[in-house]
Formats: sequence, structure tokens, C-alpha cells
Amino acid sequence: MTPAGKVAGVEKGAAVRLEQVSFSYGEAPFLFDVEFAASKITAIMGPSGSGKSTLLNLVAGFETPRSGRVLIGGADVGTEPPSARPVSMVFQENNLFAHLSVERNVGLGRSPSLRLTEADHAAVAEALKRVGLAGKEQRLPRELSGGERQRVALARVLVRDRPVLLLDEPFASLGPALRDDMLDLVASVHAERGMTVLFVTHQPEDARRVGQNMVFLDNGMVAATGVAADFFDRSGPEAFRRYIGSGLFGDGSRDVARKRT
Amino acid sequence: MQRAPSSDSRITAGTLALAAIALLIGGAFAGLILEGASDLSGAASAFDPYLLRVARFTLWQAVLSTLLSVVPALFVARALSRHPRFFGRDFILQLFAVPLALPAIVAALGILALYGRAGYFSGPFSQIGGQSWPGIYGLSGILIAHVFFNLPLSVRLFLEALGTVPADQWRLASQLGMGAVPAFRLIEWPVLRAALPGVAGLVFMLCITSFTIVLTLGGGPAATTLEVAIYQALRFDFDPARAVTLTLLQIALTFVVVLVLMRLGANTVGDANLPVASRRYLSASMAETVVNATLIVLASLFVAGPMAATLVAGLGADLGRLAGESAVRQATLTSAVLALLSALLSVALSLSLIMARRALALKRGIGTRTLLEHATDTGAGFVLVVPPIVIGAGWFLLLRTVSDVFAIASVMVVAVNAVMAMPFAVRAVRPAYDAASERHERLCAQLGISGWNRLRLVDWPSLRRPLATGFAFAMALSLGDLGVIALFGSDSVQTLPYLLLARMGSYRTADAAGLALLLGLVCLALVFAADWLGRGERT
Repeated sequence: MTPAGKVAGVEKGAAVRLEQVSFSYGEAPFLFDVEFAASKITAIMGPSGSGKSTLLNLVAGFETPRSGRVLIGGADVGTEPPSARPVSMVFQENNLFAHLSVERNVGLGRSPSLRLTEADHAAVAEALKRVGLAGKEQRLPRELSGGERQRVALARVLVRDRPVLLLDEPFASLGPALRDDMLDLVASVHAERGMTVLFVTHQPEDARRVGQNMVFLDNGMVAATGVAADFFDRSGPEAFRRYIGSGLFGDGSRDVARKRT
Repeated sequence: MQRAPSSDSRITAGTLALAAIALLIGGAFAGLILEGASDLSGAASAFDPYLLRVARFTLWQAVLSTLLSVVPALFVARALSRHPRFFGRDFILQLFAVPLALPAIVAALGILALYGRAGYFSGPFSQIGGQSWPGIYGLSGILIAHVFFNLPLSVRLFLEALGTVPADQWRLASQLGMGAVPAFRLIEWPVLRAALPGVAGLVFMLCITSFTIVLTLGGGPAATTLEVAIYQALRFDFDPARAVTLTLLQIALTFVVVLVLMRLGANTVGDANLPVASRRYLSASMAETVVNATLIVLASLFVAGPMAATLVAGLGADLGRLAGESAVRQATLTSAVLALLSALLSVALSLSLIMARRALALKRGIGTRTLLEHATDTGAGFVLVVPPIVIGAGWFLLLRTVSDVFAIASVMVVAVNAVMAMPFAVRAVRPAYDAASERHERLCAQLGISGWNRLRLVDWPSLRRPLATGFAFAMALSLGDLGVIALFGSDSVQTLPYLLLARMGSYRTADAAGLALLLGLVCLALVFAADWLGRGERT
């Protein structure tokens, strides 16, 4: 099984590149210099505070770099506001407006004023069907389970149809089986749409399940990059092996999952 | 640095709101300074023995009022906290919340109806005293009214403080066999002492800027405070130079008090939440229970008395005729329209400041706060330093040469009351806005929801209730206010409180009582609606 060889059906994604991007929350400085291949799912891993979410926030435009350039599909997006970037992002929580129905929450992906055309309504219905939420259009977020809420967020990603998808631990609070379902949904959506996916996770098995490439961060820097499968090999980068611990290597205990803090 | 594309419109709104507030306060100061400069010797010569006497009385009555409110409140609060469950306890706590909602002029009338020369108690008091009861005008009336307002407020604040004692401490005390006296000394007093400066400071501030009570119950030059003297200088003596001097003195006084209060960490807005009684593990002895019960009953009767008197006297008035009177109808309509506009303006200004503050904080990230952000943060609070009468007096002086001051009565009433209600509105709305922003900020940025769309689709649904709370509170405050309208009111622009004052002045006591009942009930309804709306949001 070589996930890297599983080339997406459609080449629709855009490469994401951070050129000497520096950033700081005051004390700990971050410096990113890395490229994410177009139309691939890249898992981003690393200890807490290593800058995983910060990296996504820089790409999405929620944070402004001190210096350096953020390029998406070759274009410098550094001055673009988040909504103008060719990017969708799914957060760990608060992806939905609690007072708006599922349908309206998805519809916002088409029009920020919720003025939807017939075609928009059709796209929303189609997307909700795709993520398995047909029939739940009029529900409020509080009437959904945690997994269903993230499905709504994915439906909105579908109607927005941007070439880059940023996932910031969106399934971290779900149970293992549900998480696998969601990952498979992401993988199949990716197979259809072929967008570039940057996927932050704490779970090595998540990275192994859908990750094609891997970027490992440590101490606010990119410590290692490469094909995901290689990372889980005995020849994987030393820092990554230390982070993961020995459990995942060697014998057959490949499913050992440890929550890293 | 967090980007928020919608931040620009929010910051613009906040800046505009700040500019409006600055204009209101700055205009008043301009009026005062221009007037003072044009008549320097007049302003200086106003420093006469009378002025000093007024200043001294202002301080003296505030000190006495504070002592008489706060010290008994300590013991009443302790008594209530020692008995967390008894029949009627919740009712008493609700009763103690009512004075906060009652317009000062309504309370003043209630107190007069009870303790006045022709009040319900004048008969019994005359018999006890052996001579005809002289009534409670002057210092005694002012003190009773101030205690009526501030005793229950202090009780609720102290009770809140006592509620912060962890249940474990009570469990421990009970295990160690602590009696009432050591428990007070070791557990209750430390908490009360910590709350004491804040509560006392707040009460002192409220008493030093009290206008309506002193105006209606002071009853003469012997019992006049600075604020009332400003009003008299402008409305009766027409002595602008004296008004300037009095106003500057008042500003200096409140400024010093607010500085001290900020040092003490007092909460200058002063609304007390209904505290939740935690379980107590100490049971009171029989003797203590008797003492506590007496305290609670006395305090309740004292607070309930003027309200009952307002009700009885009001119902005794010829309400049918009053309702038919065109002056009453006109005043009711004016009051309603002005209060509505004022509440709208207040909520709009508050929301603008709140949004700007949040947007600036997000934009800043971890950097140091700019002056603008500070202003949006504390801007609402600073208006407390400048009492409504002072703003009114400044504008009165500024505009009297240019136009007919009575023509701008409506504008002044709406603007000043809106700004005065802002600290309350901000308090009702800010936590909800900040929490909603916390949840929605990135999502809105991502989806490009900003400006009007954001207000309509995101902010309004989550802020409806807190905004309604702020609105109702601001409306109640504005409806009951007799500060600015006392300066600017005339036959052509009369609000209910102004009409009430006029009827009192012409000794039409029954009419006044009827109007007071109407006004009191409307304000109570509004404040309880505000409370209810705010509560719904929390659950």
C-alpha cells in the first residue's frame, strides 16, 4: 500500500508554498519554509506548540506573517483577506453558526449574505446528500451529533469548492470508529475533487490512513518532510520517531494510538 | 495579529460613537469654559460662604447616607446569609431589587406619602411625639431616601460577597464547632471587609451625585447639594457665573471620588445579581435567629413601606381623570418617545464601542493596547464622572446665547440619558458579544461575512436578548430621569417626571401620587423584563 501512488483523479488542487515565513505570538518565533504538493493530502504532525495550527492560520489568512511570502498556486496571497483566498478551512469546533439551520450554514459557503439562487440551493442539497445528511437540512446544529456537525462543515467545503482544504484537527473530539468514517469521507471527497489538503492531526493512524505526504514540525520549524509511508518506516526521520514513540514501529502493533500532549 | 476584514466598519462605528460622546461632553465643557472666561470675576466671586456651605452639605449628607446604608446592610446581609432557606426569602431579595428600578422621584413621593407632614404616619408620630409631626423635609428626608435606595443595594452586594465563601470553609467551621461570633470574625468578616470599600464607595458616589432626591426632599437652601444649586442657579436665580463655579466644583468632587473608587476597585455601575445561597453547615442558635429575624423584618418593612405608600396613594388618586387629562397624555407620549429614542441611541452607542473594542483587540493580538482601544474599553465608564446635570448645565450655558435652550430639550434629554445608560447597556451586551465573536470570528473571516451581512446573519441572532436587556434598562433609566429635563423642561416639552415635579410643586399631591404609580410600574416592568431577558440568555 503506497498512498503516495494513489494519484487523485482530477488535478484541481493548487500547490501551497510558504517562503521563509516568520511569525511570532510574542515569545516563541516560528519560521516556515515548505511546499505542499498540489492535489495531495499532506498530514502535518508535531508536538503541541510546534506551530501546526499557526501554519494553517497563516495559509488561511487568520494570521499575518512578519516576513516571507505565502503562495497558493504560485500567486502571493499575503495581502488577501481570508475570504478571498482560494482556501476552505475546517476547525476543531465552532464550524457552524448555532442559530442557523444546517442548510443555511452550508449556504453561507455560496453567499455570505445568504442570497441563494436556485443553482445554489441545488448545490447545497447535493453537498448535504454527499456527506450523508440528506433529510437533515432544517436541523439546528445543537440537534446534530458531533460527527454530523463536522459533516455539515465538509458539505460547506464542497459548495465553496476551493482548491485548498485546511483541516485543523477537525475530528479530534470524535471516537475512533467515527473518526475513521470521517477520514474516509475526506479521502473520497479528495478523490473526486482533487483539492490540496493540509491535514493537522495528533493521531499517527489518521496520518497513515489518508496522508500521502507528511510534514513534521518541531519547535516552530519544519523538521522533516516526505512521503507519509516512509515516515512510518524504520528509516523514518529520527525526530519523528522520537515523537511517535517506538510502539508504531517494528512488530505488528500498528494500531497503537497514543494521545500525545 | 489576527485579520478581520470586517474590523474596519466596526472600528469606524466605535470611533463615531466615541466622537459623539466626546462632542456631548466636550460641548458641555466648552459652554462652561466660555461662560467662565467671559465672567471670571463673577465665577471667582461665587466662592462665597453659601457655596462652601453647599459643598460641605453635599459631602456631609453623602457621608451620613453611606454610613446609614452600609453599616446596617452588613448585618442584614449576614442575617440573610445565615438563613439560606426560609419562607419569603426569595421575595425579600426581589423586594430589595426594586429600589434599583424605581425612579428617584417616585421613591421620593412614596417616602413623603409615608413620613411627610400629611403622610400616613404623621398621625401616629404626632401622638407619640406629643406635638404635630413636622414631616421629613431636609436632611432627614434625604437620608431616608438615600437609605431606601442604598441599603437594599448594599445588602445584595454584601450577600453576593458572602456567597463567595467556599462551602468547604463552612463545613470546616461546623466540624470545629465554631459559634456565631467566631464564624463571623473568622469567615464572614474577612469577605465583608474586602467588599466594604467597593460597596461604600459606590453608595457614596450615588449619594454625592444625587439630584432628584435632594431637589424633592431637601426643601430649602439649608439642605442643598451642589447639583441642586447648579439647577437653581440656572433655572431660578439665573446666575451663570455661579453655575460655572458650582459645576466645576462638582466635577472636581466626582473626579476625586471616582479616582478613589478606581483605587478601591469598586464597581461603579452597581447592579447586583441575585446570589445563589450555598448550603450552610452551621445552624444558628435560637437567640441569634430572633435577632436575625428582627433585622430582616425591619429592613424589609423599611424598604417595602414607601413602595406600599406609593401604591396606596396612587390608587387613591383620581386615575380616570388623570388619564383623560391632555397634559398627562402629552407627557406620557413625550416620555415614551424620548425614552425609546434614548434607549435606542444608548444601545447603538454601546454596541459600537463593544464591537470596536473587540475588533481592535483582535487586530492587536498580543501587542500593547492603543489609546483608541482604551477609549472604547473605558469610554462608557468615564461618563460617570460627569453627572447629567453638569452636561446639561454646560450645554444650557453654551446654547443660551445662540438659540432658545428650551427648543433643544428633546435632543438633550435623549442624548444625555443615552450616554448615562451606556455603562449598563455595555455590561449587558459586552460579554455576549465577546463570546459570540470568540466562536464566530474566524468563520466569518473565512466565509467573507462582514458588515451588514454579519450584523444581520450572525451578530443579531446571538445578541438579540442582551441587546433587549440593555434597551429595557436604558429605557427605564431614561423614563424615570429628572436631571436634564429639570433644566430644559418647559410647558412645551414635559416628561412624566417633569409633570410630576410640577404637580408636587403646586401641591396637587393626589395627582402626583397617581403619576408616580404609573411611572413606577412602567419602570419596574421594564427592569424586570430586562432582568428576565438577561437570565434567559444565560441558560
